[in-house]
Amino acid sequence: MIGRRGRVVLAAAVATALGLAGCGGGSGGTAASGSSGGGQALKIGIKFDQPGLGLKQGDTYTGLDVDVATYVAKKLGTDPARISWVQAPSAQRETLLSTGQVDLVVATYSITDARKQKVSFAGPYFIAGQDLLVRSDDTTITGPESLQNKKLCSVKGSTSAQKVKSKYPGVQLQEFGTYSECVAALVARGVDALTTDDTILAGYAAQPQYKGKLKVVGKPFSQERYGIGLKKGDTALCRKVTDAITSMVADGSWQKAVDANLGAAQYKPGAGNPPTTDPCS
Amino acid sequence: MITTRGVGVVDVLGRYDVLGAFWVTIQLAVLAALGSLVLGAVVATMRVSPVRVLRFIGAAYVNIVRNTPLTLLMVFSILGATFILGLQLSSATGSNIFRWAVVMLSVYHGAFVCEALRSGINTVPHGQAEAARSIGLTFGQSLRQVILPQAFRGAVAPLGSTLIALIKNTTVAAVIGATEAAGLLQEIVENETGTLAVFMIFAIGFVLLTLPVGIGFTALSRRLAVRR
Repeated sequence: MIGRRGRVVLAAAVATALGLAGCGGGSGGTAASGSSGGGQALKIGIKFDQPGLGLKQGDTYTGLDVDVATYVAKKLGTDPARISWVQAPSAQRETLLSTGQVDLVVATYSITDARKQKVSFAGPYFIAGQDLLVRSDDTTITGPESLQNKKLCSVKGSTSAQKVKSKYPGVQLQEFGTYSECVAALVARGVDALTTDDTILAGYAAQPQYKGKLKVVGKPFSQERYGIGLKKGDTALCRKVTDAITSMVADGSWQKAVDANLGAAQYKPGAGNPPTTDPCS
Repeated sequence: MITTRGVGVVDVLGRYDVLGAFWVTIQLAVLAALGSLVLGAVVATMRVSPVRVLRFIGAAYVNIVRNTPLTLLMVFSILGATFILGLQLSSATGSNIFRWAVVMLSVYHGAFVCEALRSGINTVPHGQAEAARSIGLTFGQSLRQVILPQAFRGAVAPLGSTLIALIKNTTVAAVIGATEAAGLLQEIVENETGTLAVFMIFAIGFVLLTLPVGIGFTALSRRLAVRR
């Protein structure tokens, strides 16, 4: 039987578990504000629930991935108004591309050999690394080596969770279905740190309700190369997208987008940024 | 051999501990089945007892728990109970997760077991309860020796359905990080991308677990049925 106190906590847990997706967000540019116009319509897959990278709030989409996608679309001759954004959860990204439901995927999509067998990548447009998010008053955690006997949180099945399990077996790992639950647990002092790509961590730390409470440790211990996914073998499109990324870095829009979306939490992109793109094959 | 582009069945079975993950699924299912059976029997007894408060508590339990999503109960067990209320079932994170998963699966399915047993109790003719009381048995004695033995036999089929649902619902424990089959599936999809072969392995695994349960309970319900 759940008592009254239990019910209050239950309600609080529901609110934190479900509510986080709805609020917050960075100061990134809005994508759906273009003038009426031309170009070929594009369907682009992004994350809808990742603050700082790809976040849907009502009809506006914000984040680094959204800004990169908008820039690339413009270079391909597509007006922002002609982009339709499609939600691309991690497990569905390959299927969305191979069945033609989206033309591009810009959704924290790390370039890996296993994925290259099913889709092609342009980029990378950003080099992220696995890092730690801790409470800002915590000075005991300075990197993965200081995690002995600490409680760490990550998302079930994610690359970050697997890496921690195999490389740092002394760590107590609590896994949840989403990062929002991990952030709630971190703030409630149930866990001591949250681990995943530093970009995602910076996005959460920059959310208004966590500002000043959380910090990214800043010692990345892996390399995730974010690429733009496209249909396997479409070399022509790959070249165009790669050129667009190169010019985005060259004309300063890349730096502007990074600062606007991830800069708020004193986050500095790690080594290797801005990245040099791979050749299309 | 089934091969789609990417990984095949043999690769997956070779590289990942699929059997180990299903073993955790089986452990969760067996422990939660026992837990929910005990809990369901207690709550069913409360719901048919002559004491009004107990009947109310039993009904409230069933109606609250049965209508709460299991995912929510699972997340609450860690985020709410462990972290905010400090109710740790083990100091090691891994076994704390496993034990809470068993508790929440038991609590959730206990409500369904209770209703299955109550439907079984309704198959026992009223006259039997009256006869039991008239020969001087107390409520407890008549329940234990006359009503419940027949009720369990009448409830075998719905209990079987509940057990099948429970086995499949163990996958929800992945949301708090239990190391069972659905958690491993997420890991494989992350590393190897989701191929048809990968999904088939897990689908077949669950069918292998649930199909014998269904057949067994159907046969059992026929054999144990009280002929009237």
